[in-house]
Formats: sequence, C-alpha cells, structure tokens
Amino acid sequence: MPDSMIPQDARDVTLGEYLAARGVSRRAFLKFACSLASLMALPPSVGTAMAEAMAKARRPSVLWFPFQECTGCTESITRSHTPTIEAMIFDMISLDYHETLMAAAGHQSEAAREQAMKENAGKYLLLIDGSVATGLEGAYSCIGGQTNLSWLTEAAKGAAAIVAVGTCASYGGIPKANPNPTGARAVSDIIKDKPIVNIPGCPPIPVVLTGVLAHFLTFGTLPELDPLGRPKAFFGETIHDRCYRRPFYDQGRFAKTFDDEGARNGWCLYELGCKGPVTYNSCATVKWNGGTSFPIQSGHGCLGCSEPDFWDKGSFYRPLSVGQWGNAATLGGAAAVGVALGAAAAYAARRRQDKIAKGD
Amino acid sequence: MDLLTFARGPGLFWAVTIFVIGVLWKLVGVVLLRAKPDLSVARKPSAWTGLRLILTRTWPRREFLQSTAYTEVLGYTFHIGFFVALAFYLPHILFFEDVFRGLIGVNFQGVFGVSWPYFSGGVIYFSGAVAFAALIALLIHRIASPVKRLISNFDDYFSWLVTIAPLATGMLAFSHVGAPYQTLIAVHLLSVELLLVWFPFGKLMHTFTVFLSRGTQGMQFERKGATL
Repeated sequence: MPDSMIPQDARDVTLGEYLAARGVSRRAFLKFACSLASLMALPPSVGTAMAEAMAKARRPSVLWFPFQECTGCTESITRSHTPTIEAMIFDMISLDYHETLMAAAGHQSEAAREQAMKENAGKYLLLIDGSVATGLEGAYSCIGGQTNLSWLTEAAKGAAAIVAVGTCASYGGIPKANPNPTGARAVSDIIKDKPIVNIPGCPPIPVVLTGVLAHFLTFGTLPELDPLGRPKAFFGETIHDRCYRRPFYDQGRFAKTFDDEGARNGWCLYELGCKGPVTYNSCATVKWNGGTSFPIQSGHGCLGCSEPDFWDKGSFYRPLSVGQWGNAATLGGAAAVGVALGAAAAYAARRRQDKIAKGD
Repeated sequence: MDLLTFARGPGLFWAVTIFVIGVLWKLVGVVLLRAKPDLSVARKPSAWTGLRLILTRTWPRREFLQSTAYTEVLGYTFHIGFFVALAFYLPHILFFEDVFRGLIGVNFQGVFGVSWPYFSGGVIYFSGAVAFAALIALLIHRIASPVKRLISNFDDYFSWLVTIAPLATGMLAFSHVGAPYQTLIAVHLLSVELLLVWFPFGKLMHTFTVFLSRGTQGMQFERKGATL
C-alpha cells in the first residue's frame, strides 16, 4: 500500500506494532530478518537481533526522488519476487514521497515532500533513482519547475543518509553515456558531505535495497561498502565467480553462438561477450522473479550493468579479452611506417658504408 | 576512463602500434643491409640448403650438452610453457582471432578449415606456472654464474622482467587473487603492453631474428662447405 495512504499517526508507532496491526506474525517477521541477515552474510544470531531492533524502531521517513530515469528501478522494487519479504520495504519505511506510487499529484505531492522534509529534518532517508542533469545548470530535467539538481542539494541537507538506487543514480548510467548531452552525474559526484550507499544495477536487485534499509534500521548505520560505494554483502563477488556456468569456463566449454550445441547445453557465454568476470553483483545467487532465473541462465551474457560506464565499454557481444584498439587499417598503417623506417635505416647504413669505402 | 578501459583501448592501441612499427623497422632494416661480398669460390652448388641450420642448432652438440644442459632444459621448459599459455588459452585465442579477422576478413577456421584448439583453464595455469618457475630458475642461474653475470646487462634483466610480468599477472587474474578482477585483468593487459613496447628494442626481438640469423649463417656456412 502506498504510504501516502497510511494515516500520519501510523508513522509514529514502532515497526513491530505496525506490522502486528497488519497481521504479520512475529514468526514471519523473524524469518524475514533471518533471511536478510543470511543474505548480508551476517552471523545467524544477528537475525534475531535484527528482528528485535527493527521491531522497536520507528519507521523512518523516506523520500524517493526520480531524476533522469526510466522507472525501471521502481518497477523492479515493486515487482519483488517474494512479497512476504521484499514487499515489506513498504512496511519498514514511511514512504512519504514517490511520484509513481503516491496517490497525490501536482501541488499536493510537492506539499507532502516539503512537509516530510520539514518534519523529519536530519532523520529521513533520501532515495534517488536516475542521474542528475547538471548541464545548463540542471535545466535538462525538472520537476514542478525546479531542477533535479536543486532538489538534490536541498533535500540532501536534511537527510540522514542517501541511497542511490540503480546505476544511473550510482554512476550516471545510460544518461551519462557518451556524449552525455545533459551533463548527467552520479549523486556521489554532487553530494560530498552525507553518507551515500550505491545500489547499482539496471535495474537493481530488490533485496539489496531491503537489506540496506534493514541494516540502517537495525544498526543505525549503512552496511560496509566496497570502493565503489556498494554494499559488500551483495557486491563482494563477481557474477562469474558465482555463476552456475563457471565450471564450463574452467573446463574450456564455450557456446560459440546463441543457438549452437554449446548454448543448448548451457556452456559458458564468455565467447559471446559475457561481462560476468568483471561485474560485481549478486544476480547469480539471488536471481530474479522468485529466484527463477537471471540473464545468464536465460541464455544471454551479462551486460555488466552494475558497473560504472557499462554503456561505453564497447559491444556487449565482443568477448572481454578482445581489445578495443583499432582495426586492420591501424595495423596496416603501423606496418607501413615500420617498413619505411627500416628502409630508411638500411639506406643510411649503406650510405655510411659507401663513405667508409671511399675513405671519407 | 577506468584502468581496464584504458588497458583494453588506448593502451593496447599504442602498444600494438609501437610493436608493429618497431618489429618491422628492425627486420626490414637488417634484411636490407648490404651483405659483405664473399669473394671465395662456392663449395656447394646452392647455399639454400644451409637453412637447415635453423633446425640443427635447436639442440647443442654432444660436446656442449653437459655444460649447457641446465639452461637448455629450462630454456625449453620456459618457451614451451609460455607458448602453450599464450596460444592455447581461449581468451587469448579470441584476441588473436579478432586481429586475424580484422586483417584478412575471415576467421581462423575459414582459412584453415579447423577451429583453433585450446586447453582447459587448469592446463593453461599449470603451463604458465611451469614457465614462471623456469624463468625464476634461469634468473637465479644468471646471477649465480660469474660469467653469465658478467655478460648480463640491463637488457637481459629488463627483458626477463617484462616476460615474467604477464605470466605472473595472468596467473593472478586467472586465480582471482589479490585484487578485484577488473584490476587484475587490467594489470595483466598493461604488463602485456609493456612487453609489446619493449619487445622490438631489446633482446626479446630474438623471437624473430633467431631464424634470420641462423638462416643467414647456415647459408654462409653451406657456401663455404662447413659441416652444419
């Protein structure tokens, strides 16, 4: 249920009281907390502690701003594969602003945003999906007559922490792709004085967001991050390392085309351009749609969508080990220069021999 | 631009360009040098048969076998191990085939009728490890031997370094140890690029010139009637 439809007083009760009122049993909540703790590689005992801490926590106010985005991130979160777990994101938090999900529109929605920012100053979580247009002072992307850039800088001042949802917010994503006409930037390029966690992916995996929020509710801090600002628990290993096709890579069994015998046998897609070896994400373990599948399992190589600038790293279908360095013309030109230099060197040597022979 | 994008893109572009220019510069420069006139009477009707020296010199004569056994065995061990890791590992083959296709417009199989064979990762790793160990042993021998140490110069040590670096970084990347994979593979590529840039200007050029010099010498010996 969109939170804008929840009475204001419901935000004042604890999460435990709120869930109990909605018919969520303690057992179900404990299972939820334990599964999150497990996914985040925390010790089993933490699951119980998480459940207790979350149950006592007040549901934090969350503002979700959509900037230069495609709504795929929201689609991903709202179509979470296990409603009893991931849908709890909307129970764990008080989602006070989300244009796509909230009932209010126009001035009402802006008033709700301003009210939430004022009432929860210094305490709210700011979720951003989409990159931030900075060209023409941010004029490329506006909401209600204001630029995304001004929204971000204003809202960031009162945020306890910021979560960049999706690759666009985390690293600029597709809007930042060359030639980046809007001057798209990542949230972390603009905001420097607030804790920021990146949850990249195009779209991101829902449970990662749930995990980050649960961690914030339980410990009051963001989870441990990697050098690119991603939660280590979910981005600690490459897709290649956890891929069920990895044994085929080690055995040297590769699909050569998308419909050959190797492809039908589920062999490794490295030769078809899979970027799994250089992509950190948990697609291979958490998967999508109720753990049904993920791109590689569906027969397509990983695009590397959770890595910075994935759109500008060459063809999705060229193997990772193939260089991006030129073509036959490049080699031909270099060869011509080499031959010319060699001939010139030999000519100079012969001239020197002649001079010596003449006794000059 | 991150490190891997640089290594796969501009880094590789300039390294390959310098490699091609340098190798052809050296080879053409040597081939077009004026040969010293041989005024003696030829002992054999044709000197071309002297090219067999290229093969006969691949193993030392019996008299020298014992004194050179260490370097011969380790030298061959390194060269074979390095060659297997270089030429029969699928990611490497994909790179070579891409160059091949770019040059002549068709892939390897289109020309030779068979696909480029390759080994599994485990075989390649073992092969690389053997080559790595052989290079270490050869360096120890070079330093321990007073004569070899005396005749060694910067070129020898630097050529050794740029040769072992791709092996070491390749094995690290394969086993995914020490750093994120992108960093490991980028460092591996950069080490290969260092090798390519140095290659034409140091002793690594023997990869090509060994056949040129042996062939020329064999033909000269044959003309003079020497035993090959």
